[in-house]
Amino acid sequence: MNAPPRTASLGSLSLESGAVLRQLQVAYECYGTLDPDRSNAVLVCHALTGDQYVASTHPLTGKSGWWARMVGPGRPIDTDRYFVICSNVLGSCLGTTGPASEGEGGTPWGMRFPVITLADMVRAQAKLIDHLGIERLHAVVGGSMGGMQVLSWAALYPDRVASAVAIATAARHSAQNIAFHEVGRQAILADPNWNGGDYYGGEAPTAGLSVARMAAHITYLSEAGLTEKFGRRLQDRQAKSFGFDADFQVESYLRYQGLSFTSRFDANSYLYITRAMDYFDLAEAHDGQLAEAFRGTATRFCILSFDTDWLYPTAEARRVVHALNAARAPVSFAELSSPFGHDAFLLESTEMDRIVGGFLREGA
Amino acid sequence: MNALRPDLAVIAAHVDAGSSALDIGCGDGTLMAALRDGKGVDARGLELDAGNVADAISRGLSVVQGDADTDLGDYPAASFDYAILSQTLQTTERPDRILHELTRIGRRAFVSFPNFAHWRVRCSLMFGGRMPVTRLLPARWYATENIHHVTIDDFRALAAQQGLTIERSWFLKGDRPMAPRAANLLAEHAVFLLRR
Repeated sequence: MNAPPRTASLGSLSLESGAVLRQLQVAYECYGTLDPDRSNAVLVCHALTGDQYVASTHPLTGKSGWWARMVGPGRPIDTDRYFVICSNVLGSCLGTTGPASEGEGGTPWGMRFPVITLADMVRAQAKLIDHLGIERLHAVVGGSMGGMQVLSWAALYPDRVASAVAIATAARHSAQNIAFHEVGRQAILADPNWNGGDYYGGEAPTAGLSVARMAAHITYLSEAGLTEKFGRRLQDRQAKSFGFDADFQVESYLRYQGLSFTSRFDANSYLYITRAMDYFDLAEAHDGQLAEAFRGTATRFCILSFDTDWLYPTAEARRVVHALNAARAPVSFAELSSPFGHDAFLLESTEMDRIVGGFLREGA
Repeated sequence: MNALRPDLAVIAAHVDAGSSALDIGCGDGTLMAALRDGKGVDARGLELDAGNVADAISRGLSVVQGDADTDLGDYPAASFDYAILSQTLQTTERPDRILHELTRIGRRAFVSFPNFAHWRVRCSLMFGGRMPVTRLLPARWYATENIHHVTIDDFRALAAQQGLTIERSWFLKGDRPMAPRAANLLAEHAVFLLRR
């Protein structure tokens, strides 16, 4: 058997804004084998700066897959059992159509790329699932923005999702969520290299993108986690420099995180995807009644939160659970304990493994 | 169904097949699994302990981690055929409010609890002068989860006060069913089926 092609041309996509993308490309990775009756497909949705390499080596960084501990033979998302698909989201920069892709006229879209939403990302994925000949997904699974896609999948395509697992996520972006994203976007826009989004072929706005990543990275960690990891320890020195070098380990760490991020991510993609997340409010189309988004659904839901996650706190997960209860949807929920804040969903968690593995296995 | 706790066996035997049920304080989901597998019941659970919740979810059950004292208000009225509260009433902050919520959420409600007026408990208090430690109440007064001990007569009075109808009741002595005569003295355990 040949490996499946990794990029699909999916025709045109009508966007929520009213704009139409004429030539949608979606890049994706697959693992495991699709059953003859095509009933064992699991779609994994990635987070803001994630990618399709959920369980395979990243081509730019050489690092192993971002959820390799969850996806693989004998893992909770078991590739001996399921056909696992992960696609690069619309607006991103690893093969799927986004602001860095070639637009009409043969030059990169830049800021002429239309503003996209979470629903647009999900509709693009649905086109890929159509393309793969899959009618109904055994499950859709994701954390953070991946969890928002999961909830959107369940709301937009209830008949195509048997089970939904949404981890460390929310059904809307809060004022605080939007505020942090705005800091990141302003950092990019303030970088002279950004040049109105027209920097392809020249110097990229790495300083701005790096600061955006630094601010965001703080929101992924807990205060206790930062204290434990760095405290007030100094970086490679015995005393304060009385200057503005990275005296503290935490500064050095953030600078490294910011800089290394710029080698694998496009600044305009960061603008567009954060905007899509800020626009996300699943209840908006239903007069604020979140339960209405799930009315009559037959999808089984598993919602998980982490006790130290202040980016998408347990209260937001509970709001989703209440709505699902009100819609009489089969829903499970647990708040897991971890010292690692929002990032916990990417890290070792035996309880998460046990719950996700069991939930998927028992799904009809 | 294998070896359910006796009060759970009573409940499982009297839930209608194909109905819906919310098990409040469902533990690891033993009763829910029995109802689902034995009677095709659409069972949902609410449970405080995260480990129990993980056990139940990994058995394929729909269980929400939450607190009966604070979270029942989120469930719509008459959204289940049955609301079930087994051996949990006496552990709640406000059993009266819980009973009210139970009969609001479920068209009918099962409640089971250990009877604090059982003669052994009475003797222990009367002759020992100490808080009783018995087979069904094994923890000492400072360690017990049972913060609102209740007797069968107390429960009947609370149900009457809330205008509830007791449809049926079952009494257990040494894990076996017993006749209702003098239940408040002779029964170790009671199960009630109520409705508004």
